[in-house]
Amino acid sequence: MDLLEFARGPALWLSLAILFLGSAWRVIGIFRLKSKADFSEPRSMRLMSGAMGAIIGHMIPRKEFRDTEKIGTFIAYFYHIGLAITVFGFLPHIYFIERLTGISWPALPAPVVYVAVAVTFVAMILILMERLTDGVLRLLSNFDDYFSWFVTFLPLVTGMMVINHPFPAGAAPVPPLEPTLLAIHLLSVELLFIWLPFGKLSHAFLVFISRGVTGATFARKGAAS
Amino acid sequence: MSDINTVHPIDTESARFSVKKPEVCFDKQGDLADAERVAIAMKSFTRDFTSATAAYMESCIHCGQCAEACHFYVATRDPKYTPIWKLEPFKQAYKREAGPFAWLYRALNLKHEVTVKQLEQWQELLFDSCTMCGRCTMICPMGIDIAGLVGLARHGMHEAGLVPHELWAVAERAEREGSPLGATPKVLKERIEWLADDYSVEIPLDRDKADVLVTLSSIEIMKYPQSIVAMAKIFNHLGASWTIRSDGFEATNFGMLSGNVQWQRHTSMKIIEAAIACGARTLVLPECGHAYGALRWQGANLYGKPLPFKVLHISEFLAEAVRSNQIKLKKLEKTMTYHDPCQVSRRGGATTAAREVIRALGVELREMESTGDMNWCCGGGGGVVAIHRADDLRHKAFEIKIRQIDDTGAELLTSSCANCRQTFDDGQAHFKWDKTMNSLLETVADQLDTRPSGT
Repeated sequence: MDLLEFARGPALWLSLAILFLGSAWRVIGIFRLKSKADFSEPRSMRLMSGAMGAIIGHMIPRKEFRDTEKIGTFIAYFYHIGLAITVFGFLPHIYFIERLTGISWPALPAPVVYVAVAVTFVAMILILMERLTDGVLRLLSNFDDYFSWFVTFLPLVTGMMVINHPFPAGAAPVPPLEPTLLAIHLLSVELLFIWLPFGKLSHAFLVFISRGVTGATFARKGAAS
Repeated sequence: MSDINTVHPIDTESARFSVKKPEVCFDKQGDLADAERVAIAMKSFTRDFTSATAAYMESCIHCGQCAEACHFYVATRDPKYTPIWKLEPFKQAYKREAGPFAWLYRALNLKHEVTVKQLEQWQELLFDSCTMCGRCTMICPMGIDIAGLVGLARHGMHEAGLVPHELWAVAERAEREGSPLGATPKVLKERIEWLADDYSVEIPLDRDKADVLVTLSSIEIMKYPQSIVAMAKIFNHLGASWTIRSDGFEATNFGMLSGNVQWQRHTSMKIIEAAIACGARTLVLPECGHAYGALRWQGANLYGKPLPFKVLHISEFLAEAVRSNQIKLKKLEKTMTYHDPCQVSRRGGATTAAREVIRALGVELREMESTGDMNWCCGGGGGVVAIHRADDLRHKAFEIKIRQIDDTGAELLTSSCANCRQTFDDGQAHFKWDKTMNSLLETVADQLDTRPSGT
């Protein structure tokens, strides 16, 4: 078994298993706890609408907070959207997902993805610099913050190493032209899969829970969230 | 030789290359061993854990945005006042003891055990520098209810005997005497007799039956007794069947603020039982922010079932009376700005009530730049005003309020919380500020149009 076979085979399946089982365990860890009955007279019972309102509403800072000194607030849009474009818009990634799930969709033009990669790259460097220099962020930061940044940044770097090499067309798993570089890229993504359930990257799914809980609780009180 | 740079003069006195260690200031109650204090604090914190609180503990992404929403951070720029940092030992304990990967954290010792030193250090962060105003939740990209978690952490700190002593003493007095400021039933009775006599107003006390039970805040009884007169004028004008009861009049809840759930329950149950005893259909809470949170949103849960009466903050009661034309107000030809009590507006959901009343007063309302649900706290809520070692910090935070209010250029400054009012009075005296906080209730009583309708 060469490195690429390992990355496409056991490493991939193991990392995906850890990703899904670990994430499920983390969510179960939250919902296994009791939820208390609230006997106070509700002002509104539109809890679902409150939850959805908070999930969507907290994507954009309220106007009172727009002159915040944290550049991370603003930069976050760039690397989140940039990563989404890169992961879901790049043709080889769509082939990869198609191989795994059978689902595919039209790709974005490669230059668009390259711009997204560049923007993400710069944005991620900037947020790391802010984390290293801002007093509040330095105080709050721990291993999770830096390692999560690292495992997100690494696939970006290893991916860029593969970009310059032509890739074979089609979803069929034919041998690529640069198997070692591709294997390194895949392994870096698998590292991200493995880490995601344990650290702060799980905000990818926790965001819906915590925002939703607050939205529903505050909607019950008739309060804004 | 003179300094060449007068803007940044050369400092030759201070120690070089040293880190200024802040003085750790904490109080202790009881004589528990250190290890016991930690164990009790952590057990208490996680005992009341629900899936909602667990979701919050799991979700922080360490973005630090909450700092920008906190008046204590904004006023000082000291990172330790970052709201989520105030929970750090409890986050640490949760991950190590209660989270889904607790076994992993323990096995690899990825999160260390919390020490009593940490809890002592965090006393200032959980009590002196958090008013539980909840502004941080509004900015948090994960929507974490940090104020709610601080409330839970205070439970742990109280059980461990790690509460600022002044706050503890006030709460203990409230438990022992029925009032944090010495407003015992006897004092209340004397005050009411005096007020009824001086202001020639009937103030019913201890009626057996009444539709409305009116509750008071000790701050009003002892410091702003004209509020009681204002209440009486309005309820009498409405021809309401109402009473104040000496067996359940104190709406402030220092048990809640100091973190003692039992004391909180005792205070709430007194007024709940008094309301039931007189068959009240409505319980009116005074101009007090945290009293609203304690009874309107937590009262039924302490009672264990839905309350058999409606709970209204006085501003909600006045808004209903204005809306239904039960009271008419003489127009006040002035400009006014309104300070929202955090627990009534942002965390209570009654933001619009006071504004309905203000509209009826006919004033020109000049809203502050960050207002309503986004209002800046006065800095004295959550029991902070009772902790004198926090005065300097509170005054720094109060400067935000001064700027906000001065920017409106309004002639009148009004709120609907006696605790905010005393914080403003203190701030006014400290800064020799020219603005005096007014009570919305008293303004309404002063402007009450008592002429028969049609004249």
